[in-house]
Amino acid sequence: MIIRHRPTHPIASSEITPKSVFDNRRTILKAMGFGGLALTLPPALTMGMSGAAQASWRPAEGKALAGIPHAKYNAKVLGEDPTAFDLVSKYNNFYEFGTGKSDPAENAGDFKTTPWTVKVEGAVEKPGTYDINDLIKADDIEDRVYRFRCVEAWSMVVPWLGVPLAKVIKRLNPTSKAKYVYFETLFDPDQMPGQRRPVLEWPYKEGLRMDEAMNPLSLLAVGVHGQVLPNQNGAPLRLIVPWKYGFKSIKSIVLMRFTDKQPPTSWSEANGREYGFYSNVNPTVSHPRWSQEAEKKIGQNNVFGLPIKQPTLMFNGYEEEVADLYAGMDLRKFY
Amino acid sequence: MNKETRLTWVIKPLVHAAALGPLAWLIWLGVSGQFGPNPAEFINRYTGDWAIRFLLIALAVTPVRGVTGLAVILRFRRMLGLYAFFYALLHVTNYVALDQYFAWGAIWQDIVKRTYITVGMLALVILTALAVTSPKAMVKKMGGRNWRRLHKLVYIAAIAAPIHFFMMRKGFQIEPLIYGGIAGLLLAYRAVQWARTRTKGRASAKAQTA
Repeated sequence: MIIRHRPTHPIASSEITPKSVFDNRRTILKAMGFGGLALTLPPALTMGMSGAAQASWRPAEGKALAGIPHAKYNAKVLGEDPTAFDLVSKYNNFYEFGTGKSDPAENAGDFKTTPWTVKVEGAVEKPGTYDINDLIKADDIEDRVYRFRCVEAWSMVVPWLGVPLAKVIKRLNPTSKAKYVYFETLFDPDQMPGQRRPVLEWPYKEGLRMDEAMNPLSLLAVGVHGQVLPNQNGAPLRLIVPWKYGFKSIKSIVLMRFTDKQPPTSWSEANGREYGFYSNVNPTVSHPRWSQEAEKKIGQNNVFGLPIKQPTLMFNGYEEEVADLYAGMDLRKFY
Repeated sequence: MNKETRLTWVIKPLVHAAALGPLAWLIWLGVSGQFGPNPAEFINRYTGDWAIRFLLIALAVTPVRGVTGLAVILRFRRMLGLYAFFYALLHVTNYVALDQYFAWGAIWQDIVKRTYITVGMLALVILTALAVTSPKAMVKKMGGRNWRRLHKLVYIAAIAAPIHFFMMRKGFQIEPLIYGGIAGLLLAYRAVQWARTRTKGRASAKAQTA
């Protein structure tokens, strides 16, 4: 049985900015002479909304979601074409919806992502339960094309839409005690059939060291390929840490906790010998069951129709951006 | 049609057809482009599943005969065992060709370093030895006693295969445990039979000396 809840804060249709106006808001503001100002104004103002009624930047699944084009992380800079949407949205590891690669796309269709709140707690000055629209501001959403490397030795190139995690964290004012940030996925076996099996200890847990979280690469993604995240990709809100194996990029986040101790993470709990807390992409440190030296490029096939294999890069090619975080650390020990 | 003709011309072909069904389905999936973006992964899981299933089916023949008294099914035991080998061979060929692209160095590293592959390879080596010695002529050549002794190795393969499967999966997954449980039951049946004949043999030996 599917139980449908009405949003707790319905928005009158009269309050909704017409799509044409919303899509062109920057052009309109520019025409009004507010070009530079628009970016500095709180989104609630630029969108003509009162603080009480939350504007959703979220169109229905499959509809366009616009972001600020971000030249620093585009496909051109990466030198690789993005993996087709059809592959990004149909070849997934999201064990909450089943362990097969096509299970998430098949089982996540009815997953309810509205309304969605994220609880913020721990060593932070502004704890609370935030509506996703308050946590993620429309005008902060950027286009980011990142390499995505799964621990299973396959990879994709994914054009995400999201907000730098650092921006969100800064607004929450973590205290000096905050050394780590811990995330949890929704636990709802009614909606997530995979959670009825003891594959992992649910809910899914992940975490980052504070400096990792504040790195400009770390992203809270809300969209992919110019549209809202499909449910099977971790809707409505997921982490993307492109220099780490994919399982660090926790999906469907409902909790952020700032702590002074290294938090537990699901995969290292399940098998600490195979999955460490850091799990940085590292071709020189093998997974106990397979080599991490090379990866299969999903969607880039050779003449036999098989994915081409290419050498895996240190930190997934983001060495320049993140190597400093691990200076002096033995990455064989802290895998 | 007498019993023997029916067995040779009707039932056997039907069993062959059923045993080749999974392969036919796999080919259909390939031809119609349903392997997904990572064909090696798909074929690997598919053929591995069927190798274990046929191994367990072949191992079930003796206990099923024991329980039901249906002796005729013993005639299919060798064939079913060979199908287990056949799907295991497809499984490994897929690994070598479609997954590793014949990178022999990397394959050797895998066999030596990765325990789950070592365990899987052990099962394959056993199944190969049994397949090679499966013709009737080989039984004669080796002598029944040696042949039977060699073919007891299938019990090790029956343990190794589900372990290989369990180790390959991520997290705690139920499917490999089901296969392991079935293998355990099939082996337990044999252990019980063995213990029974032993005590019986002792009892009769005692009766004779008394």
